[in-house]
Amino acid sequence: MLKNRHFLGWLQAAPLSLVLLVFLILPIITIVIVSFWQATEFSIIPAFSMENYQFLFGSPVTYKVFLATFKYAAITWALTLAIGFTVAYYLAFHIRSQTVQIALFLLCTIPFWTSNIIRMISWIPFLGRNGIANSTLIDMGLIDEPLEWLLYSDFSVILAFVHLYTLFMVVPIFNTMMRIDRSLIEAAYDNGASGFQTLVHVIVPLTKPGIMIGTIFVLTLVMGDFITVRFMSGSQSANVGRLISNDIALLQYPSAAATAVVLLCTVLIVIGILLRFVDIRKEL
Amino acid sequence: MDRRPRSFYLLTAFFGLFILFLYGPTLTIGILSFQGPEGGLTFPMRGASLHWFRDLFQEQAVGDIWGAFRRSLALGLMVMVTTVVVSVMGGLAFRKRFAGSGVLFYLIIASLVIPSILISLGVGLIFNQLGLRVHWATSGFGSQLTWTLPFGLLIMFAVFNRFDKSYEEAARDQGASAGQTITHVVLPIIAPSLIGVGLFGFTLSYDEFARTLLTSGSYNTLPLEIFGMTTNVTTPVIYALGTMTTLFSLLIIGAFIVTVWALGRRRARLGSDAGKGV
Repeated sequence: MLKNRHFLGWLQAAPLSLVLLVFLILPIITIVIVSFWQATEFSIIPAFSMENYQFLFGSPVTYKVFLATFKYAAITWALTLAIGFTVAYYLAFHIRSQTVQIALFLLCTIPFWTSNIIRMISWIPFLGRNGIANSTLIDMGLIDEPLEWLLYSDFSVILAFVHLYTLFMVVPIFNTMMRIDRSLIEAAYDNGASGFQTLVHVIVPLTKPGIMIGTIFVLTLVMGDFITVRFMSGSQSANVGRLISNDIALLQYPSAAATAVVLLCTVLIVIGILLRFVDIRKEL
Repeated sequence: MDRRPRSFYLLTAFFGLFILFLYGPTLTIGILSFQGPEGGLTFPMRGASLHWFRDLFQEQAVGDIWGAFRRSLALGLMVMVTTVVVSVMGGLAFRKRFAGSGVLFYLIIASLVIPSILISLGVGLIFNQLGLRVHWATSGFGSQLTWTLPFGLLIMFAVFNRFDKSYEEAARDQGASAGQTITHVVLPIIAPSLIGVGLFGFTLSYDEFARTLLTSGSYNTLPLEIFGMTTNVTTPVIYALGTMTTLFSLLIIGAFIVTVWALGRRRARLGSDAGKGV
């Protein structure tokens, strides 16, 4: 009977395991192997050389780029958390009709199912030199010259990140908030807590698992990103993802692979730390 | 109903601004795609026309976007069906512990958090080393599954965590086989969630960029084609394309939501005959 139970599980999990084996595990193994190879201008050569890593860790650019990646991740995290928490709190605790709640929640999630690239492009008419933001500010007399840092800058990169990824905070936080027992909040009020005290001492602690899951999403998406940084900075800023994609464009696969391995380790360490604070299986 | 606290109005205003932030830019390019033939990428509008939409149908102006659209559509459907089937099977598997289930669970999480470009690079390298040609329907398809399957499985986990097992017991007590229980009891109950999984499968595939970048081969999918256009197209035709494909996405999302809603209505109407017998 025991064997039978395992067998059915394996059978049902087989397609999933196969996909993850071929398109997740094997690619990672390949990247790790290739990161020790060498490259000429035209081809890559099997070898066992630490050259790629030596170059990577010996170059000041690497540290600068990793620092920039952490900077993007930290700022985006703080902003998405603040906005995401507020939106989720509003939806979970201030909307009384369930129909309205579902409708507003869907309104927040719909952009997630549309194209990220187009959502990035759509900032151009807003932030550009002659864009809406600049002409409005000039019309209001707040500035005389168009602001140059609105588009193709770190500002626009982070704006796009927040635009694209706040949803990944809203959904898990909202999900956790909806499962908070409402009698706990009544109890807090009955004991004389103000709305703010209830928020800080009851709701925030109980929402932590959702915050953690949102954090995992946002940090990994920002740290692994290369296209948002490239597009929104007008190729002027760099993060680790761009370092990898630049190497790929130059066909320097071993070097790209080495950077990818270091990035993967960094992401996994971050996730490993975050997973200590939350049991994902329990939160679903 | 008691009076709303002042915080309610502040938060409503905040929420309104958030929605404006989410949709404003998309609406802006929606408006600008009707720019007159002389118009540029920003306001002011120089007349209003369908000029740029007409350009979309002329090959020389925009390249092979219709081919890219057809490929993205086909790929999206392939990924959608596969995601639903594999996620349901995986979800069923995880209802009981089996040897290796812990490892598999962490692999699913890993698949979700791994930077997309690693999948793209790794799959590209494997195909390269094996002397295989990358193609959107093979390497591209598999790479996208590593992004859609974790979402599908997380939904299935959530669904099965809330699943009332007494329905299955009732079926079994009445003599249903294991297979009959699944097809006639479990699947109909979870059907609305499967539509949700399908929505994720299709839309995530249809919009995926990074994982298809090095794995789609010489024929671009639509997001790759659009990204290519951003570097060399400087007319509102790119807005017209953005508006068209966003409208298409909205149409798909709307269709899924309406289906879920209709299923819910139908279930409310026909689902239970409790108390109607005797």
